[in-house]
Amino acid sequence: MTINFGNPDRPNSYIGRTVPRPNARRLVEGRGRYVDDIVLPRMLHVAFVRSPHAHARILSVDTQEAAAVRGVRRIFTGTELAEHCTPWVAVLAHLKGLKSAPQHALAVDRVTWTGEAVVAVVADSRAAAEDGAALVEVEYDPLPVVTDIRTALDAATPLIHPDLGDNLTFRRLHEQGEVDTVFAEAHTVVEASFKTGRHTGVCLEPRSILADYNPAEGQMTVHHSTQAPHMMQSIIARHLDLPEGKVRVICGDVGGSYGIKVHVYPDEMATAAIAKAMGRPVKFIADRIESFTTDIHARDHEIDARIAIDGEGKILAIDVDDWTGIGPYSVYPRTSAIEGNQVVNLCGGPYDFAAYRARTTVVLQNKTPTCQYRAVGHPIAAAITEGLVDFAAEALGMDPVEIRRRNLIKDDAYPYTSPANMRFEGLSHHASLAKLLELMDYDGLRAEQAALREKGIYRGIGIASFIELTNPSPFMYGIGGARISAQDGCTVRMDPDGSVVAMSGVTEQGQGTEAMLAQVVAEAVGVPVGRVKVITGDTQTTPYGGGTWASRGAGIGGEAALQAGLALKESILTVAASMLQASAEGLDIVDGAVADKATGEARMPLEELGRIVYFRGDTLPKGLPRELVQTRHFITSDYPFAFTNGVQASYLEVDTETGFVKLLKHWCVEDCGRVINPQLVDEQIRGGIVQGIGGALYEECHYDEDGQLLNANMADYLVPMAAEMPDMVIGHVETPTKESVLGAKGAGEAGTAGAPAAVMNAINDALRPLGGRVTEMPFTPARILAALGTV
Amino acid sequence: MSDTAQSFPTRVDISLTVNGEPVDARVDVSRHLVDFLRLDLGLTGAHAGCEHGVCGACTLQVDGEIVRGCLMLAAQLDGAEVWTVEGLTETGALADLQAAFVERNALQCGFCTPGMLFAAADILAQGGQPSRVAIREHISGNYCRCTGYEAVVDAIETVAGARARGEEVSA
Repeated sequence: MTINFGNPDRPNSYIGRTVPRPNARRLVEGRGRYVDDIVLPRMLHVAFVRSPHAHARILSVDTQEAAAVRGVRRIFTGTELAEHCTPWVAVLAHLKGLKSAPQHALAVDRVTWTGEAVVAVVADSRAAAEDGAALVEVEYDPLPVVTDIRTALDAATPLIHPDLGDNLTFRRLHEQGEVDTVFAEAHTVVEASFKTGRHTGVCLEPRSILADYNPAEGQMTVHHSTQAPHMMQSIIARHLDLPEGKVRVICGDVGGSYGIKVHVYPDEMATAAIAKAMGRPVKFIADRIESFTTDIHARDHEIDARIAIDGEGKILAIDVDDWTGIGPYSVYPRTSAIEGNQVVNLCGGPYDFAAYRARTTVVLQNKTPTCQYRAVGHPIAAAITEGLVDFAAEALGMDPVEIRRRNLIKDDAYPYTSPANMRFEGLSHHASLAKLLELMDYDGLRAEQAALREKGIYRGIGIASFIELTNPSPFMYGIGGARISAQDGCTVRMDPDGSVVAMSGVTEQGQGTEAMLAQVVAEAVGVPVGRVKVITGDTQTTPYGGGTWASRGAGIGGEAALQAGLALKESILTVAASMLQASAEGLDIVDGAVADKATGEARMPLEELGRIVYFRGDTLPKGLPRELVQTRHFITSDYPFAFTNGVQASYLEVDTETGFVKLLKHWCVEDCGRVINPQLVDEQIRGGIVQGIGGALYEECHYDEDGQLLNANMADYLVPMAAEMPDMVIGHVETPTKESVLGAKGAGEAGTAGAPAAVMNAINDALRPLGGRVTEMPFTPARILAALGTV
Repeated sequence: MSDTAQSFPTRVDISLTVNGEPVDARVDVSRHLVDFLRLDLGLTGAHAGCEHGVCGACTLQVDGEIVRGCLMLAAQLDGAEVWTVEGLTETGALADLQAAFVERNALQCGFCTPGMLFAAADILAQGGQPSRVAIREHISGNYCRCTGYEAVVDAIETVAGARARGEEVSA
């Protein structure tokens, strides 16, 4: 069965329409159920004693005074907890040479970043646990600290893990074509160095876990604020020595995640291990300083790059040397090499050129571990690429739009393999750029900009094209040995009243997964969307799946739901044909009733069919299939990833006296294939853009040379607030993937991928007449004034 | 018992109204308002996001003013009138705003939303049609990491317009 998406008047046409989210009403009424809202009988709370040193040997731990605090029930040191939870090493086989050290749930012998959990204090209340933690005496012997990325591999730099032999965790060099020759012979070569600020996700709901072990059943039930319940099931089972089948992970409402909650955190593993050791429910909710010092950080990159062009502005070669610091451990199980690897894969991505060299060097530091955060590597690759392209245009005196027109991969060139060996099924760079220019009235803005410059007002226009990796296959993690499913499933069931229940392995963190699934299933089966109940986030009841990451919910989970819904429809029509003495081919389901396909005339409500199947099966022919439950799984197989594309523009004003940037407006045209719910997609793009703007203008984890995080609170770590953000205009070009019937690609990360590059290019466009240039994010007033030479 | 211990008890008795209902409680003097509501009364609509008064996720109403639930102690509440999102949902005071938030998808994860609704209701209570700039300024004490704020501004602007025109918006 297929769906005629070309006909907007088709029956049950929910796919492509804005349908309200089924869970939104609950959330505006304060009826959400986040992990911290759950209270279980005999529940205990854990608080952690954390390292005040970036690197130190643990000499002794004295828990005597803490144990005497009223309400404290038990205290675990690293050594004690290691008996209940095995350590992990975060490597992937396909990332050749990647190495990391064994990491424990609680530090054993040595601490390697400020904030690392050392001792767990378990008590009747969080307050009592914190009172106890404050009285634990840990004696440390401070060790030399490694903070700088570029000197991490120097012989004089101390080793963070002596057993590894050096501080290099991963290095990859990719080279295509005669790069050095092309650069030597090119008309023009432009070089630039870039920095992207180390930042973090600042989920408003801190990381949260409530682990409940029932020794009588040998059953572990974990309520977890996570994006990947099945992955967590597998990992908790392995490291706590439980059968996977005895671990159930339940993920209710999640208060923001953006990639932060798709990783394994030592304190969360400790909480689960303590629950098992004590046979009682144990809750851990990170507080805000714990969030800043132990949620993964990301984007700590320093890059030297150059681009070679001919006299017409044609890109001939790009050469990128990327360095990144990931903290003391590669993060389990996705590893901390992926971000640098993505930079190698993605630089130059939108453009048609031949010679490419990129190297990433991933080093260890005594800072918070880094790992995958929304748009992993893309904002860095886009900043490098789009920065270089703008500087190249400037060198030739060419308009930034014109140089892109000359170099973007042509819309009819697909399938196309990039010099980084990325395979693109179908992209729409030129159509997207054309639409963007129309939406923003590019020529009009340029005229306004020129007129205002006469008055000493410095406005800038920045353009950034980008590609975005979505719908990942097992090539992302599975082939490297990680038990992270790239396949996802959906079970769709019709109940006696004709209502439909859909259970999916992809998860909801607010992006609208459940709305998307409901409308796909409603259309596939042929019922009103309000009659579909969606269940996600429970490893015991949903089909096995990967959850939500790498923008896979709609493209993978949506297709599984579509196929399951179509299969259920077929099952229903088999029964209906028998009941109505008609051929199944001549019947359809429209708006919750079996109907004549040709005329649309309703023949029988689904409630009647449900009544007969469930309560009067005796009246149906013996042997008639009557399976009103269908499950389908989907996995991509033609391409390792479904790439999307898009282009963003930023219009802003720089106050050359103060260095402040005022964002005036932002545009994004993107192509995520089939748009299932236009409003939800647009809001994903808007939210993503603002997170990207955060990295461009505000967000940075400041460390001193001792490895102390200086701004680990919300007052000092700046994020975008409403007053500073612009209105955003979103447009779409739709190039559906042919790998699925649904044709959807991912949309959740595109905003974040391109926004920093667009803002950077706009600031530099504003500064150009004054001769300044910024390439180090975030672009703070101080950095802008420094670029202008005024401070 | 020393004089100091007598003058600084660790628990105090308070009588207040919460969502229009009388509440008598004996609270630890260190109990924050948001914890009192969440842990003692089971009102989990207000969320603890930062516990240092910055994020706004615990914003609620005490004696007609919006306050941070994490910056006020339960011990300060004797005689106070407290309203949370649960209570204002029952009275219907937020109904048009809540409907507009759902309609415009002005929430994603929903963690900031109860606090954001209080900030929004506060500017709406001033009457008239505030500008988008004024709306953005007024909600600048409330973090939202999901939406990028535009949909929130749109929803508040829509409700302000409807209220200014005297229109009824049903939930």
